[in-house]
Amino acid sequence: MRRDRDVREFPPARKKEAGLAAVSRLPRFEQCLYSIWGNCRKTRVVQPNAVEESRAPRPRVGLFITCLVDLVRPQVGFAAVKLLEQAGCDVEVPAQTCCGQPAWNSGADKYAADLARQVIAAFEPFDYVVAPSGSCAGMIKLHYPEVLANDARWLPRARALAAKTHELISFLVNVRGMKGVDAHCAARTCYHDSCSSLREMRVREQPRELLASVDGLSLSELKEPEVCCGFGGLFSVKYPEISERMADDKIADAQATCAEMMVGGDLGCLLHLKGRMQRKGVNMRVRHVAEVLAGMAGEPALGET
Amino acid sequence: MTLDPRAFREAGRAALHDPSLRIALGRLKTHFALGRARAVERYGDWEALREQGRAIRDYALAHLDTLLEEFERNVVARGGQVHWARDAKEAREIVLRILREAGAKSVTKGKSMVSEEIALNPYLDANGVEPVETDLGEYIVQLRREPPSHIIAPAFHLNKEDVAKTFREAHTALDPDRPLVERTELVAEARALLRARFESADAGITGANFLTAEEGAAVLVTNEGNGDLTRLLPKTHIVLTGLEKVVANLEHAAVLLRLLTRSATGQDISSYVTVMNGPRAPDESDGPQNFHVVLVDNGRTRLLGTDAEEVLRCIRCAACLNHCPIYAAVGGHTYGATYTGPIGAALNPGLMGVGVAHRHPNASTFCGRCAEVCPVKIPLPTIMRHWRAREYASGLAPKSMTAGLGAWAFFAKRPALYRFAAGIVACALKFLARNGRVHSLPLLHNWFLVRDFPAPQGKTFHALWTARQ
Repeated sequence: MRRDRDVREFPPARKKEAGLAAVSRLPRFEQCLYSIWGNCRKTRVVQPNAVEESRAPRPRVGLFITCLVDLVRPQVGFAAVKLLEQAGCDVEVPAQTCCGQPAWNSGADKYAADLARQVIAAFEPFDYVVAPSGSCAGMIKLHYPEVLANDARWLPRARALAAKTHELISFLVNVRGMKGVDAHCAARTCYHDSCSSLREMRVREQPRELLASVDGLSLSELKEPEVCCGFGGLFSVKYPEISERMADDKIADAQATCAEMMVGGDLGCLLHLKGRMQRKGVNMRVRHVAEVLAGMAGEPALGET
Repeated sequence: MTLDPRAFREAGRAALHDPSLRIALGRLKTHFALGRARAVERYGDWEALREQGRAIRDYALAHLDTLLEEFERNVVARGGQVHWARDAKEAREIVLRILREAGAKSVTKGKSMVSEEIALNPYLDANGVEPVETDLGEYIVQLRREPPSHIIAPAFHLNKEDVAKTFREAHTALDPDRPLVERTELVAEARALLRARFESADAGITGANFLTAEEGAAVLVTNEGNGDLTRLLPKTHIVLTGLEKVVANLEHAAVLLRLLTRSATGQDISSYVTVMNGPRAPDESDGPQNFHVVLVDNGRTRLLGTDAEEVLRCIRCAACLNHCPIYAAVGGHTYGATYTGPIGAALNPGLMGVGVAHRHPNASTFCGRCAEVCPVKIPLPTIMRHWRAREYASGLAPKSMTAGLGAWAFFAKRPALYRFAAGIVACALKFLARNGRVHSLPLLHNWFLVRDFPAPQGKTFHALWTARQ
């Protein structure tokens, strides 16, 4: 049983072998990705003391991959898997699509409820649900009980799932006690707080704490980190001109820090900001924070080839 | 200037390209947000105070009927009169009737958003009573025939130069060579005109920040003292306000006052706090002979017991506007309504109807700053979302959006099919990308109007993960 394995053994040998064997069967693109991942700087695991002392069983984490990561940037998902495994978790990825937030925020309550039930059913067997996004995690944690408020059968299940749902970085730090990573990324960096991470999931210091441990990385703060970047899901297409102004303000704030790279915890904001940078001709690398923490900063950044 | 809440996007586009508005809106942070932050820090246990404020307002809303009746009894006991207006029309007619009975030709007014809500000024004008706004900002926008653009700073959209120009055009009797550059000069200019109007007014109309049931009193907060001149000098004083403003007693009002001034302007207390509880008593040296309170419903009680009820907690401090990135981008006039910013987005569909104001709750990224700064903890994004659900259910949402959501939901509810489709989309997007970006796509015009789409990596996570397993 995996649970019986010594937690200090990392990466888990059996999994590593199985993984390498599988690589040879992959198509070229995956092989390429996999080899890059394999070659990325060896990471030293900073094990949470509590886990080490108590030899607690490895928690089973259901990774909520998010529809944007799935579609646009699978690397973030692999970075999340790597970080969670470093933090002593067994990671599984159950069948999933989307958390339903686009429907809920548009007032399409029935679709939102259908998707919420689907996610609950898929993820309730796990000890934790973790998403590399404050927005999707916030949807499950704070809004599923609202979505299913009138469904007596599902509401307790929604609440139970909400109670064990976390945003990735805050999970690593607050639940798993991660203090730092052994990754390298030489770049002047600024951090973009997404509103849902900041205000719904209370993620603020955790990514900064872990980024501070990245070798070569220097972090400068935006002047107004608490101001929204203007993405807002469908808001970005309902009111594109306002969204544009908000993005421009955020980009100007980022540029004023002289950062070469922007990292953040929500791919939605990052796609919106990077897309706007591309349209304006602003040269700044944009990455999900998990990629940097997992030592995957050698890969091309968002929208780069 | 006409108010059309349906034209939000068009008005917003114009506002985004108005350079002088940009300068004015740039002051939101320096003028209001910083001051509030400092005041909150000075106060100490702000969260406990907010919680107290929330509880006081919730108590008042839960006992609205009995508190209002108690308020009325106590006003009447002191010789005042209370009038009940079901809607804007009734409210206008009641005010005009009182003014006619008083034989008023000219009426001074303290700033009142309810007066804007019921469009009182044009109605009085048309019926032979001249309304004179006496709050400096409100006076300026009245001269310009504009509605206020901000709940507590009606002329916030203007710069000093705009005000100077307005005064030179309107104050033709004053010396054309007088300097109108500094703030003090502008204030002196308005004061010179307004003193005479205060003295000659036949009646005064003010709003109220709180009504206290136990004392039968109305509490009014101003920084210019115009509220006191408006209510004390004429023979007749009308308090015009929303009926949800009632609280149990002065002690409750005092708690809300602490929250109000800090949240609004960052002041520990406003320059003037006036408690008005009836006409001049025989032993009093000043005060009006006639004291009227007009309580306006106009859609408020309809919200009681609904998912939007909490919006009635509002004490109109405007902190949500001052911290709203949408308001900061487009300003108040874009909303085409009396109440703007997040509180407008949460309140207007309730007061005006979802069909009229449904653009407002959609003009939010749900960033949540408004709820975070709200002194009475109104869950503003939650209420906006409630209105979006009503919009969706009544078929008012744009067809392109409902069709898109329907198609998306079809796939999202079928994980296997979804994975297949996502694989195709990821591959297609990578194929369409040039230099790391997709520049345009059919059906997604509004995304590509202002930004590119960064090229995806080409395979979905699920495809890669399955292969890895």
